[in-house]
Amino acid sequence: MKGSKRRSALPGFGLSMGFVLMYLSLIVFIPLAAVFFKTFELTWTQFWDAVTNPRVLASYRISFGTALQAGLVNVVFGLLIAWVLVRYRFPGKKLIDSLVDIPFALPTAVAGIALTAIYSKNGWIGSLLEPLAIKVAYTQAGITIALVFIGLPFVVRTVQPVLQDLEQEMEEAAVMLGAYRFRTVVRVVIPQLLPALLTGFALAFARGIGEYGSVVFISGNMPMKTEIAPLLIMTKLEQFDYAGATAIAAVMLVVSFLLLLLINGLQWRMNRKAETR
Amino acid sequence: MAGAITVYAQGGTDIRPRHVTEPRWVQLILIGIALLFIGLVVLLPLASVFVEALKKGLSVYFASLTEPDALSALRLTLIVALIAVPINTLFGLAAAWAVSKFAFRGKNVLVTLIDLPFAVSPVIAGLVYMLLFGAQGYLGPWLQEQGTQIVFAVPAIVLATMFVTVPFVARELIPLMQAQGVQEEEAAVSLGARGWRLFTRVTLPNIKWGLLYGIILCNARAMGEFGAVSVVSGHIRGQTNTLPLHVEILYNEYQFSASFAVASLLVLLAVLTLIVKNIVEWKTASGRVH
Repeated sequence: MKGSKRRSALPGFGLSMGFVLMYLSLIVFIPLAAVFFKTFELTWTQFWDAVTNPRVLASYRISFGTALQAGLVNVVFGLLIAWVLVRYRFPGKKLIDSLVDIPFALPTAVAGIALTAIYSKNGWIGSLLEPLAIKVAYTQAGITIALVFIGLPFVVRTVQPVLQDLEQEMEEAAVMLGAYRFRTVVRVVIPQLLPALLTGFALAFARGIGEYGSVVFISGNMPMKTEIAPLLIMTKLEQFDYAGATAIAAVMLVVSFLLLLLINGLQWRMNRKAETR
Repeated sequence: MAGAITVYAQGGTDIRPRHVTEPRWVQLILIGIALLFIGLVVLLPLASVFVEALKKGLSVYFASLTEPDALSALRLTLIVALIAVPINTLFGLAAAWAVSKFAFRGKNVLVTLIDLPFAVSPVIAGLVYMLLFGAQGYLGPWLQEQGTQIVFAVPAIVLATMFVTVPFVARELIPLMQAQGVQEEEAAVSLGARGWRLFTRVTLPNIKWGLLYGIILCNARAMGEFGAVSVVSGHIRGQTNTLPLHVEILYNEYQFSASFAVASLLVLLAVLTLIVKNIVEWKTASGRVH
């Protein structure tokens, strides 16, 4: 390898790296590059018009807005669930722990129809909310709830290991210095969890803005009101407006890349901290 | 990490001393809220799938599952998984081998790049293949000359599924193999083991549970992928519909019971995935030698 004086004793570097790079290029990089090449075919004005059209802007607002709200809900409840799973004992704890992974393993279309069934007018929860004039299905609230479902495991599973590894000694020190429990949790424990919470939020957010299957049933897909960006891309494709679809996709890809860099940076920092303990 | 195996102090959970934990009444309230949240957000949707599927009785349930279009959707889903999962497993093994056993510059970049499909919206995953192989795509005219059909046919579905499931096995194996280090392999090489034998006798036994879980997760995602496949499939009944797409078609036609019946199959797949995860975690915790 460049600059390395010592050759590794183990075989297979060339073969494995070769296969990895070739496969990634064929399946991931070249197809993704096609998006940017297609975008470059448009003039700057065309591109700008395509991505700042009111319907498109509305779809960004809906996608990003609902993902943000869902992410925040998941941070609060995800932290709570991780706390309860790590620190307390109660019957059924293992079952709850397994249930947290369901949204991750369940196909998105199934989640979509199940949530719609529950929150529609005649559904289990929808019928309870109907007399209160609260509509969930076919509104942005429905989208947010679907994204809460999808994003839950990301926050819980990122916080759990960090919470697990926290030293009890720090809390004992706080108690000895006179802090009562609430203050200890807020000033000593939670700050240590912030990187993990942020990472979990970023993961849930990244997943949320791109989510299609679980949202498309409950949202009703009304343009300007509940049409998410991925659906708009799909609609434009069906109308053979490849350029328009690609323009929107390019914007979303840039956001996804940035989020990915942020997440990996945060995870790297978290791992560094864990090692130096 | 969602989907990663980690063992959280099974059995060894100490009851924390009173001075470093919340008062019992606070604990009970928090547990209650957590249970309520999980019940509402996770259990309810799961239960509703089965309730709706069985609403019209068992005979209608089984009829929906054995109906020809449903069976061909099942067949297509299995074929796609049978192609995508092994190839991505091979990729994951190769990537984990390269990243964990060797030192090279740009390792972090590579790992981040492997995660790319994870961060990209499934619809965009389908879009990119339309851009390449669609009628208006870059290779479209050439493909039409050759008479090969890629989009709106099985090949595009396979490709889109492969794109989406690229990271799963790799993400599972890379941290695992990095944690295990190179010592055992180096010892084996110094004792004369070569290539394939080195891998199957030394590395594979150490990673078998992580590998199994990665494969199962990859499979669950491959069978359940909706967005990416929806873009490229063309939704031709009996030919280019996977199980999730079939669920959508039935739902849009207001055949709710049938739709949920097919969906229940996918739920069973998800539950199976989680059962395997628990087995793997149990095995990793109890059978660990190092």
